[in-house]
Parts: sequence; structure tokens; C-alpha cells
Amino acid sequence: MNFDKISRRRMLQGTAALTVGSAFTLQRAAAADTTVGFIYVGSRDDYGYNQAHAAGAAALKGMAGIKVVEEEKVPETDAVEKTMESMINLDGATLLFPTSFGYFNPHMIKMAQKFPKLRFEHCGGLWTDKDPKNAGSYFGYIDEAQHVAGIIAGYSTKSGKLGFVAAKPIPQVLRNINAWTLGAKLANPKVTTQVIFTGDWSMPVKEAEATNSLVDQGVDVITCHVDGPKTVVENAARRGAMVTGYHCNQSVLAPKAYLTGAEWNWEVLYPRFVKMFTSGETIPNFYRGGLKEQLVKVSPYADMVSAEAKKKADEVKAALTAGTYTIFKGPIADNKGKVVIAADVSRGQTDPELEKMDYLVEGVLGATS
Amino acid sequence: MKADVGAPISTGGVGALLRLPVYGRKIGGAAEYVIIPALALAASLVLFGIFVGLFGKNPLDLYFYMYQGAFGTWFSWQNTLTRAAPLILTALCTALPAQLGMVIIGGEGALLIGALSATSAALALPDVSPWFVDIAMAVAGMFGGGLWIALSGALRQYRGVNETISSLLLVYIALAILNYLVEGPMRDPTSLNKPSTREIGAANMIGNIPGMEVHWGLVFGIVAAVLSYILIYHTVFGFAARVAGGNIRAAKVVGLSVGKLILITCFLAGAAAGLAGMMEVAAVQGRTNANLAAGYGFAGILVAFLARQNPLAVIPVSILLGGIGASGGLLQRRLGLPDASVLVLEGVIFVMVLASDTLYGRWSFFKGKAG
Repeated sequence: MNFDKISRRRMLQGTAALTVGSAFTLQRAAAADTTVGFIYVGSRDDYGYNQAHAAGAAALKGMAGIKVVEEEKVPETDAVEKTMESMINLDGATLLFPTSFGYFNPHMIKMAQKFPKLRFEHCGGLWTDKDPKNAGSYFGYIDEAQHVAGIIAGYSTKSGKLGFVAAKPIPQVLRNINAWTLGAKLANPKVTTQVIFTGDWSMPVKEAEATNSLVDQGVDVITCHVDGPKTVVENAARRGAMVTGYHCNQSVLAPKAYLTGAEWNWEVLYPRFVKMFTSGETIPNFYRGGLKEQLVKVSPYADMVSAEAKKKADEVKAALTAGTYTIFKGPIADNKGKVVIAADVSRGQTDPELEKMDYLVEGVLGATS
Repeated sequence: MKADVGAPISTGGVGALLRLPVYGRKIGGAAEYVIIPALALAASLVLFGIFVGLFGKNPLDLYFYMYQGAFGTWFSWQNTLTRAAPLILTALCTALPAQLGMVIIGGEGALLIGALSATSAALALPDVSPWFVDIAMAVAGMFGGGLWIALSGALRQYRGVNETISSLLLVYIALAILNYLVEGPMRDPTSLNKPSTREIGAANMIGNIPGMEVHWGLVFGIVAAVLSYILIYHTVFGFAARVAGGNIRAAKVVGLSVGKLILITCFLAGAAAGLAGMMEVAAVQGRTNANLAAGYGFAGILVAFLARQNPLAVIPVSILLGGIGASGGLLQRRLGLPDASVLVLEGVIFVMVLASDTLYGRWSFFKGKAG
């Protein structure tokens, strides 16, 4: 090559090419920092399940070298597989959090098999040792927080009638209803919880109807287990009933009616996981915890909550946090009179029997089928 | 010229939406059916760009990410086609009865019943070859879905019940049946917190089309759309259906069996949606549970109307909507737009395409060529 012949224009072109090249390298370097993808089944501001996860994702945004990408309203079909792949291919995500229960099988499993070097973390606690090792599932014992909220509800009710708007009679939901009712019975053994199942996770019209019907029956403290508690909380407050919240803090929606609530604490868990991931430590495939592990929390009590109620609730909360308290401790009978946990049996949080719960405890009005 | 475009159907206000065009008779006419929707689409994109601009985002970024997310890479194409696959079949559920002037909007119900029937067929045949199981699933799915929509057709024919209302209400009944069976008699006892039927088994799963990560539902959808086109525009049956759609009394006068036409067309329409349900089970979910009610049936209504009820046009329109869905994720991630923005775009396109109806037959440019 004759160097004399390199024209000025050539030179400039070369420099430009180099600049573009290095710009690409820079971009690559930036992309080499960890990108974390979050996928939600509903909208991120639903005052419920999805907002709780989005709050956890937001807690990562301040961390150095972490980029968060999010997508909401992704159905539990192959759309979520494509969303995961899109985050991987187009955004360079290496750690993914598909947060909805129905994303796990077959969708997330399929992706975990396809991308064995990436990490997939699912909320719901479904992972077993048959599943890929680069996948994991975490969940919180939110019935502990429900139990504490139930104590507040039991002390706050004047009519002795509590109400629970629930999606489906599945073990997770039944466990919350039972833990909440058992908490309320610590305050007043005579309270009853009327439960209404709406049949699905997001049924705003049915949730409003259920709430109204509960208030019509004289219920004065209501809680729920649906994806977005907004409808229940607002309607209950409008009808003059009190509420305890679920998933996240809904006190802004009903400042005068919101006693306390059972909340997820993903703001603590997600930074914990991301730190493990970036430091090369393996995130446990199966990760669970309650108040002690800070996976769940109880909303601050409202001013109207009596001192007596606060004292009892704090006492139980402290014992749960210390790990010295068991919610499902026999004797416990179901609402048909059958003993479901015998007098000498104590079912701690990790007891697999609790995962199969198919009954409502004594004091709950309603049926599982 | 107007007459070539097709006469409005006499089903009241909704009927005005349904002009059933005779396609491809004249070159000018055919060009019209490509250029006018393309203009409507372009106008929608400009409007959407302005809308997004009002929220402080650069419309050029918007167009770039939409293109990249939907068609920019091979992965994006597969993402788009995966989303388009069920829409082609569910759109046929609305487009076929539309030839008879019926507005069926219950494709979602037929999809769910199809999925349930297909799953039942697979679970009833535990030890047979996967080929046989898959064929049985397809037959059961199409049969179940077909009967579901034929029910709407029968209610209209024999009881005078409005088929739009009845097909919509049948969606909720289908969903209730699905929930009942999945949470009750058909429940896999190990599906604790996500009530589901038992799995049809990995061996019975229909894989992807070779060379791409899109399941076979896309091919079935395209075949079904082409067959529907041939049926409607190139057979005596289709001609009779269109005559009945144009003027039901005239059809009866010339001796057409309108009741039979309605029942058969509704059955075929439901069979298409039922096949979509079968594919969701056999290619995606592997079992039936509430995940199947993902709204493909309802999205299919939009596709059918955008395609002006033409079975062939259903294919590109499904791909377009699949692309909008695929790029929606990228818009959320790169531009921070909420998911609802994609719905705004779909709404704008819908309104623009319907409004552009008025342009057909008005441009002398097309007339000249056609004449």
C-alpha cells in the first residue's frame, strides 16, 4: 500500500470509522453492566400485586451499574416468552423477574432451558429440583403479616363481623383468610369472617359488589386477596367500613379507613438478589421468608387503632420476627367442625401441609367449593 | 361503482360497518383496497406520533422502536408472527359470519371451548401415537368451537335472538364452564395454586415450524384463511352466503336455504376459533387453565373489522396487530410509555380505517383504471 496516496478524505473517513467503532465498544461496555428485566401481568400502578413488584424494581434503580427494564400487562401466554426473549436480545438483560404466578410453567422454564447462562427468578415458590438450575422461585409468608393485620381488625370491629373478598379458593388464599381470622380471634374469639370468592384475580365489578354486600350485612372491617385491592378499599371506605390492606400500602386511597395492611417487601428482597447476582454468589433456587427475613411487612398502624390493639399486634409481630410464634398451632377446627390441626400439632411456616390447605377455619363463614 | 363495493347490510346501525366488497374484479378496485387502508394506516401513525409528541417523546424514536420491535430483526419478526398466529384464526370467527351480515363477537368463547375439547380428547387418549392424539385434538377443538358459535347462529335463526349479544354472552358462559371444569372435575390435584387440567404430555406437543420459533398455528391460520377466501369468493356456497348477506329476503325468494347457510357458516367460524384454542393448548400451554382467556378472541374482532371481513386480508392485518403488540413491549421499555399507549394506537387505526370507508369509489383515479 502506498501511504503517500492516502488522501485527506480517506484519513477523515478512517477516523470517523474508528470513532463509530469505539462508540460501539462504549455502548457494549455500558451494556455489560447488569440489565434486570421485570415483567408484570397487570399495570404497575394497580395499588396491588404488580405495584408491589414495581416498587421492588424501583429500589434497584439507584444501584450503580444496574439498569432496569420493565414491561407491564403481559399475558400468561407465549407473549411472556417473547417478552423475556426481547429483553434478552434487544436489551441485554441477564437477570429476569417474570413476576406473575402463571409465568412459571411452561413459559419461564422454557426460557431458562433456552438461555442456560442467564438467571430467571419467579415469584410464587414453585421451583422443584426437577426444574432448571438457572431458574428460581421465591415467595413470602405473607400470612404472617395478615395475622398481625387480623389482630388489628379484631380489635377494631364493633359489630364483630369481618369481611374478606377473595379471588379463588386456592391454598395461598385460604391460608391468608385463615391467618387473618385466627389473628382477629385473638382479639375477640367471637368474631366471624364472611368470605366472598369472586372467581378470578381481577374482577373489579364483582369486587365492588362483594364489598357492598358485606357492608350491607353489617360487616365493618374488610380485607381482600385479589390482584388490585383498590376497588375493595375505596368502596369499603365510601360505605363507612374500615379496611386492612393487601399487597402494598393503600392508605392514600382511604386515609380515614385504612387501619393497617399486609404488604410485600420486595424493596428489600430485589436489591438483595441483585447483589448476590452481581457478586457472583448463587441465588438460592428456592427462597422463602416472612417477617423475620423481611420479605413481608405490616403497614404502619393508623392513629385510630386503639393502644390495646397496637400492643397485642406488636407483641405477635415481634414473636413472629423472632421466630418463636406459630400461627397454625392446634387445636384448630374448620368451619364444619372437623379438627384439621390436632391439639398437639404445631404447623410452622415451612410445613408442606400448609401448602395444601383446603379448609376455612372455625369462625369463617363461607365454603371452599 | 358503489354497487361493486357492496351494498350495506340491513342489520341496523352495525350493518353499516359491514360493506362486503367484491374483491379483485377490476385492477383499479383491487388497488383501491390496498392504497386506502395503507393511507389510513399512515394517517394513524402520524396521529399517534403527535399524541406521543404531546407527552414529550420524540415521534421519530417512536417509529424507530416500533419498526425495530416488530420487524427490525429476525427475532422481532418471530415475535410478531407468534402473536399474529392465534389472531388469524379468531378473526375468521368474525369474518365468516359477516358474509351473511352477522356480527359474531364471541370468538373468545369458541376458543375456550375448543381448548377444553382438545384437552379432553388428549387426556382421553393416554397411550396412542402423538400424531393420532394431535389429529383428535384438532377435530375435537374445531368441533367444540364450531358447535359453540353454531349455537349463536341457531338462536338467531330459530328464536330471533340477536347473534351479537348471544355470542358475547356465550363467552362468559364458556369461561364459567372452563373455570368450573378446571377447578373441579378436570383439575390436576397437584395444581394447587394454579388450578389446571392435567398436562397433555410433552410427546403430544406440536412443535415450532422448522427454522423459526413460531408454532404451527401460523400455518394452520394461513391455510384456514385461504380456504375461507376460496369458499366465500369461489364457490356456490360462498356466493349464496353473500347473497343472503346482501338481502336476506331476496335470498329466500330465489330459494336459498338461509338457515342452513347460517348454521354451516357459524360452525366453520367457531371451528376456526376452536382450532386456535387447540393450538394454544397443543403448542403453548400444554394444558387448559385460566391462562387461555388471554383475549385473542376479542382481538380477532378488531382484526376482522380492519380487514373489512375479507378472509385473505385477515392475514396481513393479523401480522400488523401482532407487530404492534410485539413493539409495544419495546415502547414501554425504551420510551417509558404505558401499555395503554398501544391500545390508543389500535383504537386510532380502527377509527381511521372505518372512516376511510367513505373514500371507496370516490376517486376518479381508480374509476378511470377500472372503467
